[in-house]
Amino acid sequence: MSEFALQLLLTFDATLRLAAPLILCAMAGIFSERSGVIDISLEGKMLSAAFTAAAVAHLSGSPWLGVMAAVTVSMALGIVHGFACITHRGNQVVSGLAINILASGLTVTIGIALFRQGGQTPPLTSGERFGPITWWFVEGLNTIPLIGTIYRELISGHNVLVYLALAAVPLSAWLLYKTRFGLRLRAVGEVPEAVDSAGVSVVWLRYRAVIIAGLLCGIAGAYLSTGQGAGFVREMSAGKGYIALAAVIFGKWRPAQALGACLMFGFLEAGAARLQGVELPLIGEAPVQLMLALPYIMTVLLLAGFIGRAHPPAAIGEPYVK
Amino acid sequence: MAGAAEPLGGASKPPPAIELRAVSKSFGLVQANKNIDLVVQPGTIHGIIGENGAGKSTLMNILYGLHQADSGEMIINGAPVQIHSSADAIACGIGMVHQHFMLVPNFTVLENVMLGSEGGMLLAEGREETRATLQKLAEEYGMTVDADALAGDLPVGLQQRVEIIKALKGGAKILILDEPTGVLTPQEAVSLFKILETLKQDGVTILLITHKLEEIMAATDTVSIMRQGEMVGHRATAETNPEELAELMVGRKVLLRVDKGTSQPSDVKLSTSGLSCTSPEGVQFIRDVSFEVRAGEILGVAGIAGNGQSELLEALAGMRPPTTGTIEILGQTITADGQSDPQIMRRVGLAHIPEDRHKFGLVLGFEARENAILGYHYAKQTGDGRLIESKAVTAHCQALMSAHDVRPDNPYLTAKNFSGGNQQKLVIAREMHAAPGVLIVGQPTRGVDIGAIEFIHKELIALRDAGAAILLVSVELEEVLGLADRIMVMNNGEQVGIIDRSEANEQTLGLMMAGIAPEKAA
Repeated sequence: MSEFALQLLLTFDATLRLAAPLILCAMAGIFSERSGVIDISLEGKMLSAAFTAAAVAHLSGSPWLGVMAAVTVSMALGIVHGFACITHRGNQVVSGLAINILASGLTVTIGIALFRQGGQTPPLTSGERFGPITWWFVEGLNTIPLIGTIYRELISGHNVLVYLALAAVPLSAWLLYKTRFGLRLRAVGEVPEAVDSAGVSVVWLRYRAVIIAGLLCGIAGAYLSTGQGAGFVREMSAGKGYIALAAVIFGKWRPAQALGACLMFGFLEAGAARLQGVELPLIGEAPVQLMLALPYIMTVLLLAGFIGRAHPPAAIGEPYVK
Repeated sequence: MAGAAEPLGGASKPPPAIELRAVSKSFGLVQANKNIDLVVQPGTIHGIIGENGAGKSTLMNILYGLHQADSGEMIINGAPVQIHSSADAIACGIGMVHQHFMLVPNFTVLENVMLGSEGGMLLAEGREETRATLQKLAEEYGMTVDADALAGDLPVGLQQRVEIIKALKGGAKILILDEPTGVLTPQEAVSLFKILETLKQDGVTILLITHKLEEIMAATDTVSIMRQGEMVGHRATAETNPEELAELMVGRKVLLRVDKGTSQPSDVKLSTSGLSCTSPEGVQFIRDVSFEVRAGEILGVAGIAGNGQSELLEALAGMRPPTTGTIEILGQTITADGQSDPQIMRRVGLAHIPEDRHKFGLVLGFEARENAILGYHYAKQTGDGRLIESKAVTAHCQALMSAHDVRPDNPYLTAKNFSGGNQQKLVIAREMHAAPGVLIVGQPTRGVDIGAIEFIHKELIALRDAGAAILLVSVELEEVLGLADRIMVMNNGEQVGIIDRSEANEQTLGLMMAGIAPEKAA
């Protein structure tokens, strides 16, 4: 196998790892926004979950307890968002922003109080985080030239949360398009009056949507600190929640398309990391800062170009009043 | 289904399908329904008629569980019921077709129909069941709809059919229709009433809410009349007549015809020549329109909605710059390349009563007194042109309200809390007070109750007799025929012709609206 092909394969491998939290958050965003509730608090929920997962994993020694705690915290924040936006018909952007600010401050404050390490959690040992899972037959298939390498590098060897993120996409699509809940959820984001007059509770449907969003953001956050990383670092979500939101819009609020957008953002980030310090034809050495900024710049450009054409759920952002 | 006791041997009468006893409901200080009693026999079409704001929709929303009554009893098929939500109403066998359709436009007809009764956690099974229901309803009542079409792509008449199917799918035996013909073409309305007749034959009880007298006379068996939140009468349709119903609705005798003398036109005050308007995307809204309006006459503009009348109004009001041609108002010429701006038009002496009062006529969140000076807030009467004098504004509004019968006459009330008719009267008061030489009016009585219609018509005639040139755009032929001295008909952005009122009747205008010029011109 040529050097270039191997580099490309490794980049794809990194793409998966970097896209996993985006995918989970994007699915969360789809559930919330399809129900008519704008969710810019993906970021804050993910950040809170990342901290909770790392702290609980460190204190208990179990990454699974960490995930469960992270999901609980994130779902609780989802309910807070719902309480403000659904029950009290508050402004959804303001509520989301409040959660983000709260998460940004509270994680550091509690982190300092608990661990006295400037807001970080202590580094997690391998038993306290999710390690890579090596699939069956990796040794056996290794002898087959191309397939063996792809199997070893790309398909096998991720942690369980990456596979969970990938599984979340078809699961979300199935839930949205094949179940009663999905039909009602999609309807409530378009014409909530229709759902109400059909005798179905608008409020309860939207609550379920924000709770599901909390669940998925919780897993995403846990992945950041106990899967991809080994411990919590302040502001470690670094705008990924917003990028996921961009992917939702870019993917027209559909799971499969949003997955595509997340993979693209992931690939840009992976490519940027890999191109650091590499001599490029014409440009010369790739400037590190530009490379790191690339996914964010792309987000702005893509949204500027596409947001006009995307059709959001008709009732998004509007509290339901009978 | 409520197992209402079958009368033994058919000797006793079945209980009424709907019985309301002393139902009351208030929103804040407004008593929307006051001690309403209503009895509807099964298998009949019962009309409920009343002006806008009479409380018809509130009453139906209570029956369908969207609002809760403050007091009173509801008895369905002889059994007292508590209806707290639409789910309860559906369980009682009540279905409702709302005035504003409750369809998800990007869902298929099938998905819209199954919403709320999917028949299980997964959709696959319910889909087939719903398809069968659709098939059955299509066969029984002639309500054919393409199950896989997107609801948003259907014409309004078919969308309404989907709404009826939704209401009936669970076997509802009581069907409420709230202003069902407001959005329908005459042909669609005819086919709706045919369906309702078939449903009635099948034992469905139908409650028809409307403010159109002809529909009540044509379609119902019995009728109840509401006025200002109260039931003022129950009649068998065969034993009443439109005049009596109108009187009950309004509370006094109503002139269904407009009383006016002959016009005394003098000099031309408003004219256009070769006026055309094209959108930036290249859509031509109006082409080559030329007409004159003289002082002391009303030029009516008729046409099917969407044939350039709205754009003509906007061009004249300065809201939409003309692409070619000129507009002459009171001797001032506005050309295509000159700047056109509502403020300039107003200064020249043109007042505008816009078609859509919510969008262009009022700021709904402002108080009446603020709305009463909108657009004229530079005038000295309410301040020095920079600062606004609160007392003067209030006094000004108070004067307008008493002169133009705006009720309630409270200058501090927010515009959205007035009924449609009174909102319109406020806009008309404001524009008329500017003592315009030229008044352009769009749909002056859209969504306005009968009493207010009469008042507004009188005011327009009075303004004409005072020497104003009036251009009136309306989709209500009756209104154009009643008010106008000459009538221009528009089709596809072009003027089909201008004829004298004396030569016009519904037939000639109908042909012209379809684009066929009168023989004289041909």
